[in-house]
Amino acid sequence: MAGPHKWDGTISGLDFCEAARTFSQRWKEVNPTLTHWVWIPRPMISGSAIGEGVGYLSLENMCHQRSTEDLVVSECCTADEEQSVDCATLAQNDNRGIHFYDYHILYNFSYNVPVLYFRGYQYDGQPLPLERVKEDFPPHSSSILKESRWTFLTTEDHPFLRRPWHMLHPCGTRDWMKLLFSSSHLSKSEAVRQYLPSWLSVVGQVVGFNLPLAIHEGLSSSPVTNWMQPS
Amino acid sequence: MEICSEEAVKYVWEGAIPLQIHLHESEVTTLPPPAPVLVLGYRIGYLPLLIPQIKPHFDSTLPPGVDTVWFDYKGVPLKWYIPTGVLFDLLCPEPERPWNLTVHFRGYPGELLTPCDGEEAVKWSFINSLKEAAYIINGNCKSIMNMSQADQYELWQSVLNGTLENYSRVVPRLKLGVLREDCKMRSISRSQQVTGETNDSLPNQTGRIPVRLYIRNVEDIDDLEGIGALDSWEKISYINRPVENHDEGGLFTLRRAMESLLPELFGPSSPSPGESKTKDEAGGEDGDSETAGGAQDAAAGEPPEAAQQETHTAQMARIRLIRVQGIVPGWDTPFAWVVNNLSHPDFFLHVCVLVSASQGSH
Repeated sequence: MAGPHKWDGTISGLDFCEAARTFSQRWKEVNPTLTHWVWIPRPMISGSAIGEGVGYLSLENMCHQRSTEDLVVSECCTADEEQSVDCATLAQNDNRGIHFYDYHILYNFSYNVPVLYFRGYQYDGQPLPLERVKEDFPPHSSSILKESRWTFLTTEDHPFLRRPWHMLHPCGTRDWMKLLFSSSHLSKSEAVRQYLPSWLSVVGQVVGFNLPLAIHEGLSSSPVTNWMQPS
Repeated sequence: MEICSEEAVKYVWEGAIPLQIHLHESEVTTLPPPAPVLVLGYRIGYLPLLIPQIKPHFDSTLPPGVDTVWFDYKGVPLKWYIPTGVLFDLLCPEPERPWNLTVHFRGYPGELLTPCDGEEAVKWSFINSLKEAAYIINGNCKSIMNMSQADQYELWQSVLNGTLENYSRVVPRLKLGVLREDCKMRSISRSQQVTGETNDSLPNQTGRIPVRLYIRNVEDIDDLEGIGALDSWEKISYINRPVENHDEGGLFTLRRAMESLLPELFGPSSPSPGESKTKDEAGGEDGDSETAGGAQDAAAGEPPEAAQQETHTAQMARIRLIRVQGIVPGWDTPFAWVVNNLSHPDFFLHVCVLVSASQGSH
C-alpha cells in the first residue's frame, strides 16, 4: 500500500494474511474466554497439499438469542464479559429463540478486500434462509443496507467450502474503507494492523456482530474510534 | 499474429452441447413415463435458461406443487451459475454425446445449490460477473452500472439467445476493450486491434485479466475414459483470481499465465513469477505474487531453497488437461489470443483443469 493519502482502501493478499494473524491474536488477548477467530489454511487444490498459505478466518458457533417479547436482539457468549451466559442452559430452556452463526472472513482477489461470509442455523443444525437471518439483524441494519449503496446481501457459493453461504458483497468495500481511514495518518504496517478490526466494525453493524471496543484500544488513533458512533 | 479472430469467436458462440434431459423418476406420476427430451445447450449459456424448452415435455406428469428446477449429472447437483460448456468440460473429461442430465422440479437441494428462480437469477448472476470483470479490468464497475436500460436489455437478450451479432453491437459500450498481445494493455476495439493503432488505449487500466479456474483432482491413470464421475463439488477447487503479466519480455503464453496462478503445478525449469518479487514491493496490484503461497514466501528470497521446494511440490501433482471452450489450447498459444477469443460473454476466461496427484505423494 502507498502512503495514506494515496491509499485506495484495498489490501493485498499477503497483507490480509498478516492482518488476519494480528487480528486473531488481538481478539484472543481481549477476549480470552470467548470463542476465538481461527485461521483455517486451505490448499489451493482440494485433496492435495498444494498452495499452502491460503486460507480464511473462522469464528463459529456464535449463539444468538432473540427475545420473544420485544424483539430486542441480545447476544450471549460474545462481547459483553459480564454476560457470560451458558448457552447450553439457554438452549434447554427455550430452543426456539436460539440461533447459531458461523462467520468466515475470506480474501477476495478481484476486489482486493476481505469479505464476510456467514450462515445461521437452528439449535438442531437446520440452516436458516436469508430472510430468516435478516430478522436476527439489529434494527438499524436494514437502513444501512438501504441507504448506502456500498453493499448488499447475497447468497453465493463459499469459495472454499463450495456450498451456499450468505455474504456481504465486496464491491463497495474499497470506497468506504478509504473513507474510514481518510483522516488517519498511519504507517503501512499500522494500517495493516488496523484494517480488519476497522473493517469488521463496519460490516458487523449490518449483521449484528459486535466487536468489543477494547479491540481498538491500544491501536494508536484507530480510524474506528475516531469515526464510529456507539451502537 | 492476429490477436482477435472473428471466426474463432463465432465458433465459440455457435458451440453447443447436445443434451438429453431425463425427468427424475421420483417425479414421474404417469405411465408410460415421459421420454427424455433433447435440447441443445449453448456453451456460453446456462442450464436454467433451457427450462422453457424442457418443461412442456414434462408438465403433464409432474406431481402437484411449486416448481423449483435443478439439474444433476450422475447424482451430483449442477451449479446453475456455471456456463453449460464449462460444466461439460469439467464433468466429462471424455465427452459424452449426448450429455445425459436429470432434471428435477421438486426438492431443491438448498444445502448444495444457491437459490435460483429462473431467468432473473441467472441474469443477475451474469451481470454481477460482468461487473466484477469490469472492476478487474478498469478498477471500477462504472461502465456496467451506467449502462442504459436498452443496452442492458440487448446485452442480456444476446446472451439468452446466443446472438453474437447483437452482443458485438453492445460490447463497445461496456468499455472493456480487447487485450493487446503483451497482455498488459487493452485496446478500445477489435477492429483497431487488427489495424494496429496504438493511440487507442483505454484509460485507467489495471493490467489485470479476469480468469476463473475450475480444478478437478482425478485419478492418476492414463486413460481419460477411465476417470470416474465426480461425486461431490468438494473435489473441485475454484480459483477466482485475475492474471497479471509481470514478465519483462517475451511472449506471454497460456503456459506463463497458468504458471502465475498455479506455480506449484509447473516444473522447476521455469522460474515462478512469485520468486522474483520481494515483500516490500509497493503498490496495490501484487495480489498474484501471493499465489506462490504465503508459506513459500519466506523462502522466496533464497533461490536455492525455493527451487528445492518447487521441485518437491512439482512432483506432487501434474496437469493432465486444460480445456477452454471445449478446446485444448497449446501451451504456447499467446494468452491474449486465448482471452480475446475464448472468453465468455461475462468477460471471464473460464478454464477447466484436470490434475492428478503423482505416485508417491501423500
